[in-house]
Amino acid sequence: MEQLSTRHLLGIKDLSPSDIQLIFDTADNFKDILNRPIKKVPSLRDITIANIFFENSTRTKLSFELAEKRLSADVVNFASASSSVKKGETLIDTVNNILAMKVDMVVMRHSSPGAPHFLSKHIKANIVNAGDGTHEHPTQALLDAFSIREKLGDVAGKKVAIIGDILHSRVALSNIFCLQKLGAEVMVCGPITLLPKYIADLGVKVEYDVFKALQWCDVANVLRIQLERQQIKYFPSLREYSLYYGINKQLLNRLDKEIVVMHPGPINRGVELNSDVADSEHAIILQQVENGVAIRMAVLYLLAGVK
Amino acid sequence: MIENHDDFNNTVLLGLQPRGALVLDKIIQRMQEIQHITLKYGYLDATFHRDDFRRRDLPLRANETKIDFLIENKKVVLVDDVLYKGRSVRAAMDAMIAFGRPQKVELMVLIDRKFTRDFPVQPDYCGRQVNTLESQYVSVEWQSRGFEKDAIWITEKESN
Repeated sequence: MEQLSTRHLLGIKDLSPSDIQLIFDTADNFKDILNRPIKKVPSLRDITIANIFFENSTRTKLSFELAEKRLSADVVNFASASSSVKKGETLIDTVNNILAMKVDMVVMRHSSPGAPHFLSKHIKANIVNAGDGTHEHPTQALLDAFSIREKLGDVAGKKVAIIGDILHSRVALSNIFCLQKLGAEVMVCGPITLLPKYIADLGVKVEYDVFKALQWCDVANVLRIQLERQQIKYFPSLREYSLYYGINKQLLNRLDKEIVVMHPGPINRGVELNSDVADSEHAIILQQVENGVAIRMAVLYLLAGVK
Repeated sequence: MIENHDDFNNTVLLGLQPRGALVLDKIIQRMQEIQHITLKYGYLDATFHRDDFRRRDLPLRANETKIDFLIENKKVVLVDDVLYKGRSVRAAMDAMIAFGRPQKVELMVLIDRKFTRDFPVQPDYCGRQVNTLESQYVSVEWQSRGFEKDAIWITEKESN
């Protein structure tokens, strides 16, 4: 008989380690349900959830929508591209209008950091952050840590290297918070231009040489180069980036141990990750996607249960 | 139950998590001893099918469901410890359907609290019927769970 300490999932920063543990234990149950012939439970049958995506998404949106449907919630979708936002409506007006149609929960992705925090102060519904700008992407971090726990038995004491575009990545920040709360050691690795200046203050190791990072870690979480967020050039060319930071089979063969490779998707094949690694037995990329639905079911279920 | 199910060839037993599972373990053990029958059984958790989600003070924590077979065309005996309002059994029947369409479903309980039902649910097999008040609580203690001995208590609920 436990519940989360928060009504909203805005970021990993607000969660306690026991919250994360509760989400994982609940996700175990949902993963079991997802492997049954009938993959559906009626828990949220009296709840309506709005998926509000002000930014593009395939995986996260599909994953949330599936999770909602597996829990029997009613789902409405909203994509800013085809909406009145284009006509100049403000965020809070858009959301209040949606809530006037009696929606209980809002899953939101927005390009501005802090947008879900702002909303949570002004509206009554439970809010789940599905990514806010370069700030946090809590469900991704939860499913990453859940996948590590599944693959290696535990997260505590493991060494995780986050490699690539740390500066523009919300996945990186959420992952750092989540892994540290669970007792893992975290290293970030990338070209100096793509590492935030004071990242070491978060208590992470910083490494510029990808081979050294791989040699150190048990798990490598490889991030996508987010070209859409880069208004200036942070490195000379994609080809040069992939030469220095791309992870391929050859590089992994040079290590004196086996490591687990993760990627939050979508992969730029041949840039940060080569196909010979992405499709190998080292990679748990598709397991991450599978676990994503279970984690999101757990988050929605637990938030709905908070009084 | 032995009279009704012969050699238990087409019968499966499902213990309702968490406490029905303990009753089931005991039954499995006794059946081995007296009939030398190995029963097919599993544990069913109905937490996500309950009708009191978001209506009770604290959410219930889910337990493991462990059923590695389909119940299509099987005779199912649901096993629980105390039958009170009948709501858990309703949720269990709902949860059970995810594993197939059973031929027949029966209910076995250790204790049947008479006159307390919210749903039209009656046990087919029952250890003992007791008359209790709403203000009372029936608890089942198991030696295997660290209690001194197997025991059933009727106690007054603590008034806050």
